[in-house]
Amino acid sequence: MTATHSLEVSSLELGYGDRTVIESLDLTVPPGRITAIVGANACGKSTLLRSMSRLLAPRTGHVLLDGREVHKMPAKELARTLGLLPQSPIAPEGITVSDLVGRGRNPHQRLLSRWSREDDIAVAAALDATHTADLADRSVDELSGGQRQRVWIAMALAQQTDVLLLDEPTTFLDVSHQVEVLDLLTDLNQTRGTTIVMVLHDLNLAARYADHLIALADGKLHAAGDPAEVLTEDTVRAVFGLDSQVITDPTSGKPLMLPLGRHHVTV
Amino acid sequence: MTQLDSRPVPGPALQRRPARVRTLWILAGLVALGLLMIASVAFGSRIVPWSDIVAGVQGHDDNLGQAAVVKRIPRTLLAVVVGAALGLAGAVMQGVTRNPLADPGILGVNMGASLAVVTGIVSFGLSSATAYIWVAILGAAVTAVFVYAVGSLGRGGATPLKLALAGAAISAALASLISAFVLPRSDIATGFQSWQIGGVGGASYDSLRQAGPFLVVGFVVSLLSAKSLNSLALGDDLAAGLGERVALARGVAALGAVLLCGASTAVAGPIAFVGLVVPHLCRLLIGLDHRWLLPYSALVGAALLTAADVVGRVVARPQEIDVGIITALIGAPFFIYIVRRQKVREL
Repeated sequence: MTATHSLEVSSLELGYGDRTVIESLDLTVPPGRITAIVGANACGKSTLLRSMSRLLAPRTGHVLLDGREVHKMPAKELARTLGLLPQSPIAPEGITVSDLVGRGRNPHQRLLSRWSREDDIAVAAALDATHTADLADRSVDELSGGQRQRVWIAMALAQQTDVLLLDEPTTFLDVSHQVEVLDLLTDLNQTRGTTIVMVLHDLNLAARYADHLIALADGKLHAAGDPAEVLTEDTVRAVFGLDSQVITDPTSGKPLMLPLGRHHVTV
Repeated sequence: MTQLDSRPVPGPALQRRPARVRTLWILAGLVALGLLMIASVAFGSRIVPWSDIVAGVQGHDDNLGQAAVVKRIPRTLLAVVVGAALGLAGAVMQGVTRNPLADPGILGVNMGASLAVVTGIVSFGLSSATAYIWVAILGAAVTAVFVYAVGSLGRGGATPLKLALAGAAISAALASLISAFVLPRSDIATGFQSWQIGGVGGASYDSLRQAGPFLVVGFVVSLLSAKSLNSLALGDDLAAGLGERVALARGVAALGAVLLCGASTAVAGPIAFVGLVVPHLCRLLIGLDHRWLLPYSALVGAALLTAADVVGRVVARPQEIDVGIITALIGAPFFIYIVRRQKVREL
């Protein structure tokens, strides 16, 4: 079902007020793959994602979706191709899961159009894909953190976009739920071909789940490419200012970063 | 996990249960409003029998009872229309600001409309009802923007409590300005006092006709904002991600609410708390979807204000208590309840 879309950033400069957060950034998101953006706190990861989803207008440069500038596209048209799950969305008090997921249909509805069968199918498929169908009548307030995050992803799925941007979808989740969410996103990528771009905090999970890793340091692109090439001891030092040892993860064959602090290191 | 799109639609039990509950509550609301409208023409300093009500509604005024009915019809209609406007405006304001304490009275919007009308009368000699309405809408709009700006100052933006405090403070300031204008003018002070408390007693078909067009536009604009408000409720970032132009959507919805507040204040005075209580009650009954919540808030607002007017006429016979006092008696404890609930948070 998924058409492939190109998403590119060219000579992008972003900032708030006097502060420049991203400088002259160029990058290309590989279509139909999972891309993870990593970097130290305040390196501009989330700012970049906000700009890619048109929440923040660039000072200079462009964000191009299929060659068109996202900041000049009609809002609803963009929202049918590119979806966004921000870091802390608000669940209105007492809202039910099905109501929340249904709101993802907004870009597909006109001002006066009624709820359609197509909307029903999209919502049902989204609940199904995220294993939240049995929660449909529950209030979002009652759910656990992991369930709630799956519901938010279901909402983003109901939007039926071919490109999905997620800002730290695993923050505040314990490790089992982090893996559950990333597995779910991988399912979507594999079954629907959805292009996924996410900001991730955890370098090792990013290296494991992403096909393409983007490492930012101080608002600039440090490295981008296959995780095996990007996640190196040099990158970790440059991006996080941390000495580390990178080994091959015996369970996945992907790179695994072991931090070297000042204590408890015997090598 | 193959072919996600061909998965079946959830079973009927899952989808229809809330819809049936919703239909029941809507029917109950309509019936209640109908009964209250009948009560409103029947009760007052004189209780009118059914036969006279029927005759009165058909335009006869052959005896005192029928004459009372004829006089009470515009009053009833005004209570219905103003109540609907305030209930809807409250629901829209709570949606626009994501603030459970938003209400045209609490945020000072109605008081701003009042001050504008008073200033117009005292300083510029306005006398036409249409002029009052324009001025009231302008006053409501300026106050809404000002209160929101003051409430957004400082850390954390427009939190519920900051916005309510800003509204209360600005309301108090506006109220004293109004007194300063009115007190020296004994010629307008008495009539003004009742208007200032908020009442529908002075209703006429003229006031309905003049406010009508403004209210109609206000109703249409507000109701059309329902989908945007559903998206805005999820936070500005997500709303934008769902294809909403956030600032525009918020501005349009606020404009609808301001039209409703301004026009209803111009004809009935600044009635507080209807816009606060009604949306909370409606959310409990029919849920959070604004496409249902907004029209239902209008319906329940109409019923509440009509009920308040009937009660005000019955409890102190042969005197009357203005609806503004009755709604404050209902609304003030409710306001305290919401503030004291464990989590006052953004909607």
